[in-house]
Parts: sequence; C-alpha cells; structure tokens
Amino acid sequence: MSFFLATSLVVLAALAVVGFGPSLAERVRRRIPRRKIQERIPAYDPGRERRAEARARELLRSVVSADEYAMYLELGFIAVEGAEGDGGYGYLLYPHRPIVAFDAPTGELLNEYCVGFPDRSEPEVSQRLPDADDVLAKWMSLRAGERELISVANMHVPGRQVDPGQAGRDLIRLREWRARRVAAA
Amino acid sequence: MKPGHGDVLLAEGDPEVSEDEERLIAEFRRQLDLGMWAAVPTSEGTRREATMVRDFADVPRDAERVVFFPPAAGG
Repeated sequence: MSFFLATSLVVLAALAVVGFGPSLAERVRRRIPRRKIQERIPAYDPGRERRAEARARELLRSVVSADEYAMYLELGFIAVEGAEGDGGYGYLLYPHRPIVAFDAPTGELLNEYCVGFPDRSEPEVSQRLPDADDVLAKWMSLRAGERELISVANMHVPGRQVDPGQAGRDLIRLREWRARRVAAA
Repeated sequence: MKPGHGDVLLAEGDPEVSEDEERLIAEFRRQLDLGMWAAVPTSEGTRREATMVRDFADVPRDAERVVFFPPAAGG
C-alpha cells in the first residue's frame, strides 16, 4: 500500500515538473533580476529630491551671476544672451524642457532646442538631474560652447514642447522683472 | 552633478602639491572616462562664464573647481 502511495507521489511529482517546471523556472528567472534592479533603484523619496534640489541651487548660485540666480528663483528659468553674431537673440533655459531661442528686440520665438543631460554612468538608476543642475548644465554648455550645444540638440519650430503662449508670457514677465530690478537698484 | 544628490565633492587638493595633483588628475580622468563633461566656472567682474576642458592641463591653475556633468544629448 505504502509502495503504491510512494510510486504515485513520484509519478505526480514528475508530471508536475514536466507540466509546471518551465513556467515556474521562467517566473523565478524573471523575479531574480527584478529584485536586483529594485535593490539598485532607491524608492522615490521626496525629501531626498528636495535636498538634492537645495544642493543644486547652492551650486547654481555659486556659478551664475546674482541676477541670473534671482531670475531662476523668482521666474523659474534663466534667460541668457546668445553669443554668436550681433547678439540680438537670447535663450530661455527651463529645467527639463527644451531651450527656447527668441529674438531679443521683438520677443519673437525662433526655435526650440531639445537637449537633455541624462546620466548614463549608472544606467539602472535615475538619470534625471535636479532642476537647478539641469539649468546649470544648459547654462555652462551654452556659455562654454553655444555652437556645440546647439549642434547636439534636436531643433524644432516653437510650440513643439513649450507652449508659445507661456514662453511669450515668460518674456513679458522677464521684461517686467528686469524693470523692477533696475528701479529697485 | 548627480541625479538624486545634487553636486558631490569628488576630490579636492592643491595642484601645486604633487600628491594632490596626482589625485586630482586621476579623478579628472576617471570622470572623463565615465563620459562626463568638465567645465570650469570663471568670472570677470559681475559677469560669469564657463569654459569646457578636456584635459587636466587645460584647467587654469587658479581655478577654484571643475564641475563635471553628464554630456548633452538631443532630447
């Protein structure tokens, strides 16, 4: 009787291995790398992101001019003059959004330059810099080599990612902000 | 610059001291090998500028720091 039971168990186990083995092995295989990635990607921590942004702002403050830093804090972007040609144009540097080129005398939007600074040194962890670091990376790249940065970027007509209405309003806010700074000085 | 961290101090020292200089050069090369861009912030009066450097020898001797950041890529 016990021999019959043992034989039945062995046969059932063999059938289970044949029937469920491949799918079970596949599930185990899928779980192992996922667990490794989960170990490498830290859970989203708003406190950590906030501290990172605070540090990034401190770096930004120490590199750009006082006016540009105040502009970032108060308006949420930095406007820089273009260095090529007669300099009658400028750029709006938004965090994690395309660089918007504009004609300085008229405020007409010229182009959008889609560019990012993904950190691929650790591909499995977040590649996104803090906002202030992203703006600073754009600022340094433009200051150090405008042509090189623009040649890397994907150029589009205005309005592809940045709402032209918003960019236009930002240019008006910028003009008013500058006027207030001059008046206060 | 590092995602989730902001800026991270990688190395510091006086390039006039040979031991420090070796350490700074090693870190500089390591960052460039990782594909990072290196920029030296400069200032003239109130105007601020930045210069890209691709070799440690290009870093001005009086530079206060070199900022490494991921290279630009078309978005």
